[in-house]
Amino acid sequence: MKKKIIELKNITKNFNDETVLDNINLYVNENEFVTLLGPSGCGKTTTLRIIGGFETPTEGNLFFDGKIINDIPPYKRQINTVFQKYALFPHLNVFENIAFGLKIKKLKKSEITYKVNKILKLVGLENFCNRDINSLSGGQQQRIAIARALVNEPKVLLLDEPLGALDLKLRKEMQIELKNMQKRIGITFVYVTHDQEEALTMSDTVAILNEGVIQQIGTPVDIYNEPKNAFVANFIGESNIIDGIMLDDYKVMFCNKVFTCVDKGFSKDENIDVVIRPEDLVITDENKGLLKGVIKSVIFKGVHYEMLVNAEDFEFMVHSTLKFPLGSNVGLTLTPEDIHIMKKSNN
Amino acid sequence: MKNKAKLLTYPYIVWMGLFIILPVLLVFLYSITFNEINNIKTISFTINNYKMFFTPVYIQVTLRSIYLAALSTIICLALGYPIAMIIANSKMTSKSILLLLFILPMWMNMLLRTYAWMTILGNNGLINTLLANLGLPTLNLLYNNGAVILGMVYNFIPFMVLPIYTTLSKMDNSLIEVSEDLGANKVQTFIKVIFPLSLPGVISGIIMVFMPAVSSFVIPKLLGGGKDALIGTLIEKLFSLGDWNFGSAVSIVMMFIILLSMAVMNRFDVDKEGGAGLW
Repeated sequence: MKKKIIELKNITKNFNDETVLDNINLYVNENEFVTLLGPSGCGKTTTLRIIGGFETPTEGNLFFDGKIINDIPPYKRQINTVFQKYALFPHLNVFENIAFGLKIKKLKKSEITYKVNKILKLVGLENFCNRDINSLSGGQQQRIAIARALVNEPKVLLLDEPLGALDLKLRKEMQIELKNMQKRIGITFVYVTHDQEEALTMSDTVAILNEGVIQQIGTPVDIYNEPKNAFVANFIGESNIIDGIMLDDYKVMFCNKVFTCVDKGFSKDENIDVVIRPEDLVITDENKGLLKGVIKSVIFKGVHYEMLVNAEDFEFMVHSTLKFPLGSNVGLTLTPEDIHIMKKSNN
Repeated sequence: MKNKAKLLTYPYIVWMGLFIILPVLLVFLYSITFNEINNIKTISFTINNYKMFFTPVYIQVTLRSIYLAALSTIICLALGYPIAMIIANSKMTSKSILLLLFILPMWMNMLLRTYAWMTILGNNGLINTLLANLGLPTLNLLYNNGAVILGMVYNFIPFMVLPIYTTLSKMDNSLIEVSEDLGANKVQTFIKVIFPLSLPGVISGIIMVFMPAVSSFVIPKLLGGGKDALIGTLIEKLFSLGDWNFGSAVSIVMMFIILLSMAVMNRFDVDKEGGAGLW
């Protein structure tokens, strides 16, 4: 049985009558890597700030190790945060930045030196002790910020888009490095990002937020393969979302055609969203496809071509390693497993 | 393009030469000569003016000026820092009102403000009338060092509050949050993060208060009664008595005192963000 280290129960947060978080329920197990994922302004940073103690929830309770900690100030929580813009102290050098928390705890000098050197080794920046913060690159500053939080041996580490300011290549390296670090030292990470790929790569569990409401919580694989609604489907990877009608169990109609699918349990003739991943659509000869269409655009994306196929007044996005000429008439096929049926969201 | 930009600087160079460098040179020339310098043929140099300055009487005047200015600066800092913090931490709407309240007296003539203090502190002034009416003994509030310091603090405190307020309100709030996140309570956060980061503002505040305070002559004259001479009042007296040569020597010495104190402050201002960065 896994132990819940952090639990948010019915958390609501209002800023001047504006609801930023609406009834958030979420728990984080010990040693888990949980990612809060959503577009900017969805409330993910606010959630993190509530866990860190920088905001108090308007309603609901925050539990840490089974105890309510709503009103505990940040400096009394066994939680450390890595802030979005690193927020390194400009008046202190690398060593002093990392030693900040340890000095507050009044540790022995020798112990501080030992711990700081150990953590610097962990983040791969030995011999950087006396460097000025401003002389470091973005990636190095990022590592120092992580080291400064980790050196306090928190039970939970909160990370607010820590890789947002890094270039793509460095970001990918740091993703793997962070994940390895988390596994190695075995502490709980709560990670905030708007980058869906980052979330899928690193997390054990992903919670997707939109407009202050949790849309779905699950493992990266579950969320990718079984998105709960059209928002999740669209946010995690690219999707074709088509209006459809559920005629019967395993029978759906969209684009004026009836398809077999693997979903059931909807009411008869219910309006639903049909979600099809661009990589699941296969382009065939005009006469062999289930749908007929015309190639409207072809963009080279590196590994694959991204093509827009206009069929039955809908523009399907198709990913394929094969290139088809612009303007040619083609057919589209797909298997029943590739058709995902979602309930229409209320709004 | 480069040459055109250079051309634009000429008027300023002429202006500076005419109104800043030339007068300073003239003052310096006066300080090392006898009498008038109108006639170049009769000009004769001396260092007696400086010799005269470095006699106990005038050294004492200098030390008294520095002491009073330093004390006023310390009081300004002690009062001004909390005020700057309160303004910087207040909400947007009340922030501008508080700032305005602070700057508003500066729009009034300084002479007027100092006269106002005279009528408050004088023997027949507001406070003593009040005390007398209450049957309490009256106090000698005017014409002493206390009155001078009060006048200086009152007049110069905005110059302390504004630069500190600016550095405090520019400060990245996440640094304060990081400090709390790392286990520092409010007091520790202030000592270890907020105050060190506000040092540039503190230093330019100190310079901006100390400079006018050490050379001020209106305030010591009106509120101090001119009993104990200060450098500012000394210079004023010398020039009005016609001793331009010694007056100039005292002015040059004061310039060096200020220059020296700025150089000292400069050593503390690591980021070169404060007014000391000018040097």
